[in-house]
Amino acid sequence: MTDQPVPFRARGFAPVTRPLAGAATLLALLLLWELGARAHLFATTFLSTPTGIAHAIAGLIASGELWRHLAASLARLAWGWTSGTLAGLAAGLAIALFTTARSPGMAIVSALFPIPKIALVPLFIIWFGIGEGSKLATLGFGVFFPTTIATVAAIDAVPRSLIRMAQSFGLPWWAITRKIILPGALPGILAGCRITAATAIILLVAAEMIGAERGIGAFVLQAGNLYDVDALMAGITILSALGLIVAGVIGALERFLLRWR
Amino acid sequence: MSGLGLQVAAVTHRYGGLTALESIDLTIPPGEVTVIVGPSGCGKSTLLGILGGLIDPSAGHVTQHGTPAPDCLNPLTYVFQDFALLPWRSVAGNVALALEHTSLARAERTSRIAEVLAQTGLADFADAWPKQLSGGMRQRVGIARALAVRPAVLLMDEPLSALDAQTRDLLLDDFAALIARAGATVVWVTHNLAEAVRLGQRIVVLSRRPGRIKAILPVHGDRQALEAQLWSLIRDDAAAADRELTA
Repeated sequence: MTDQPVPFRARGFAPVTRPLAGAATLLALLLLWELGARAHLFATTFLSTPTGIAHAIAGLIASGELWRHLAASLARLAWGWTSGTLAGLAAGLAIALFTTARSPGMAIVSALFPIPKIALVPLFIIWFGIGEGSKLATLGFGVFFPTTIATVAAIDAVPRSLIRMAQSFGLPWWAITRKIILPGALPGILAGCRITAATAIILLVAAEMIGAERGIGAFVLQAGNLYDVDALMAGITILSALGLIVAGVIGALERFLLRWR
Repeated sequence: MSGLGLQVAAVTHRYGGLTALESIDLTIPPGEVTVIVGPSGCGKSTLLGILGGLIDPSAGHVTQHGTPAPDCLNPLTYVFQDFALLPWRSVAGNVALALEHTSLARAERTSRIAEVLAQTGLADFADAWPKQLSGGMRQRVGIARALAVRPAVLLMDEPLSALDAQTRDLLLDDFAALIARAGATVVWVTHNLAEAVRLGQRIVVLSRRPGRIKAILPVHGDRQALEAQLWSLIRDDAAAADRELTA
């Protein structure tokens, strides 16, 4: 055999991330959408345009309408998500740490978790009234179960060797919980928060579509009833932005709290 | 007599149907370095866990005798094979963990941490995260944390087994010197016979599962001959343990 170079065989299977290409794609799609509408390729009574949505949002900001709805939605989101998260953390901690709570707690969580929470909105209205009570209950209930499950899984995954180490140095129970278990479970708990924040926004809109005057969900429903597609899609855009901002905040929190990783 | 000694009386330990240790009677004399060797799966680490009260034996008991020095904050102190460092705490923070719940005053705690970090060559790494350190440096943090509490008995659970051969040789000499300075009773578990004869004053040889005491050899004179003797004691057990299916 004659002398031959050894060919490189490990080509491919290494896609490169190009953030600019991603942004350019989205911009191009918006542009196509706008141009399509101007060329009358589709009726703007059924699908708004990027500029139409932008105008609607500008109008909402100018009239103070946006803030009126957003304030109501944000307050529900904050109260509902926070109360559900705190209760879920407490329940998860108890289930993960105490034998007496573990099996009974998991049985309750496993039985109630699969219920579609939106289906409970009418029941919560009967129990807590058409006002804020039923909305908070829907959000809190919806956030509680995934938080509990994420907390239990995260605590169970804390290495036993670290707990044994702490015991070998004589750390008291509370110190082990605070210094080993909670920080060790934090990555899993924050991953749970990412999911529950998205869940909370879905439930918020659903709850606001029944018996609410204010809130982005109510606004979207009213716009639909009036065939105001520009306003309707402005509401959807605002909800998307809200989701993005919440995910961004949690991402920043993760980068800060888990900088040791 | 100064320091703390341990007495193991008729200790048997089972994991489910598996007997890990059987009828162990053993004296750990104060101030000495006792090395426990044996084939893999013979219950060495289980015995160490029982010695320091981290494993409750199925039968028998361990008693401690003597009095720890007055500045001792945690008489029975472990150094772990997997280092057991908190990844979310800095090097200094990991050492601090052993002191925070004790009666040590804050200023004294700070100076104690600086002292053990200097002793273990970690002074320049106080603020580093564990993930930034090599395996050898991580185990130095493990020993610094153990020394910080002024232990009466150091329980070393294969402290060098997770390290590569060169790092192991480097750390062995350092650890031997640190241990001698600490003046504690030492129980050192290893499967490395060269490590055993280099460190030990007495070597306890365990048989394969269920672990029983096969021999207790004092270390003196020709270390190479002793290593050969240890290997002849362990060889058949190690070969048999190697061919055993795990439960």
